Amino acid sequence: MGLPLAGAAVLGVGFWKMLAGMQSGSFNPHDVNAPVLNRPVPDFTLPDQAPGQGFATQDLKALTKPVLVNFFASWCIPCLAEMPTLVALKDDLELWGIAYKDRPENAANFLKHSGNPFTRLGSDRDGRVGIEWGISGVPETFLIGPGGVIRWHTATPLDVETIRQTLVPLLAKLKTP
Amino acid sequence: MNCLPSFRLRRLIPAFLLGLSVLLAPALVLAVDDPSEMLPDAKQEARAEAIGSQLRCLVCQNESIEDSSAGLARDLRRVVREHVAKGETDRQVMDWMVARYGNFIRLSPPLSGGTLLLWGMPALALSIGLALAFFAYRRRATSPKAPPPLSDEEKARLAKLTKE
Repeated sequence: MGLPLAGAAVLGVGFWKMLAGMQSGSFNPHDVNAPVLNRPVPDFTLPDQAPGQGFATQDLKALTKPVLVNFFASWCIPCLAEMPTLVALKDDLELWGIAYKDRPENAANFLKHSGNPFTRLGSDRDGRVGIEWGISGVPETFLIGPGGVIRWHTATPLDVETIRQTLVPLLAKLKTP
Repeated sequence: MNCLPSFRLRRLIPAFLLGLSVLLAPALVLAVDDPSEMLPDAKQEARAEAIGSQLRCLVCQNESIEDSSAGLARDLRRVVREHVAKGETDRQVMDWMVARYGNFIRLSPPLSGGTLLLWGMPALALSIGLALAFFAYRRRATSPKAPPPLSDEEKARLAKLTKE
């Protein structure tokens, strides 16, 4: 009698821990794709994407302040949806954009219509740089700390709530090392 | 014998073959969308396919990149073939993928501290079941055996009851 009871108790405690972790944010079952955290940015070089100037690994490693790197595409509806948020964010945080598997003229038109939040812009025409970064789609956003270290990553469109609850505290931490 | 059924049957054969071919088609289709994707060396191509069938297509979640026609899967197939053509081992290609996409990209998780319970569960569940069966069997074996024979008084009472 005791054995099944003990088993049920262990299971119960396990489930409770998982659910409590999901509530407090310490456990996220969807966060399976975050191997790049706290690693230096991968090796890549991106050609210019109009109207911006392309960039490479060295440019991110030479940074002294945090930068948000955003993968987007003109064919991606969630990217269009997050653009106003990015445009509103650009005065507080520098943003660099990567047009993922997009024709350069389409990406340029997209930015003309949605507004351009990006200081620098690279074109990842064949998606190979996206693979180096480990993205599986667009939009994906990476927070790069000083020295070119990936500090945060999300595979969902950025919204005000995420910025307020996750990004702002992280930035405060990065600024006071 | 009536010839009507066999006539019907004969007419059904092409339909049956057509249906069969539709059913079997997915198994016969080449993993790659475009034959130009394949490596010229058959041995290397077979290796690339074996590696690719162990890699999860990240946008389809439960298909390997060899089975999927998603854009990302096609890109990853090309990467795998490039690495194989360079002469890298299966392990090196796998590590390259895991470094970028994490263990999630592997369709079978590696044996590690975190997955020990996962891999050990079949053996664990079997031994727990065997232990439970053993104890249940032993308890039944050691439980009181046949009840003691009836006393004279009980026999008399039984005889009286059955007579009524």
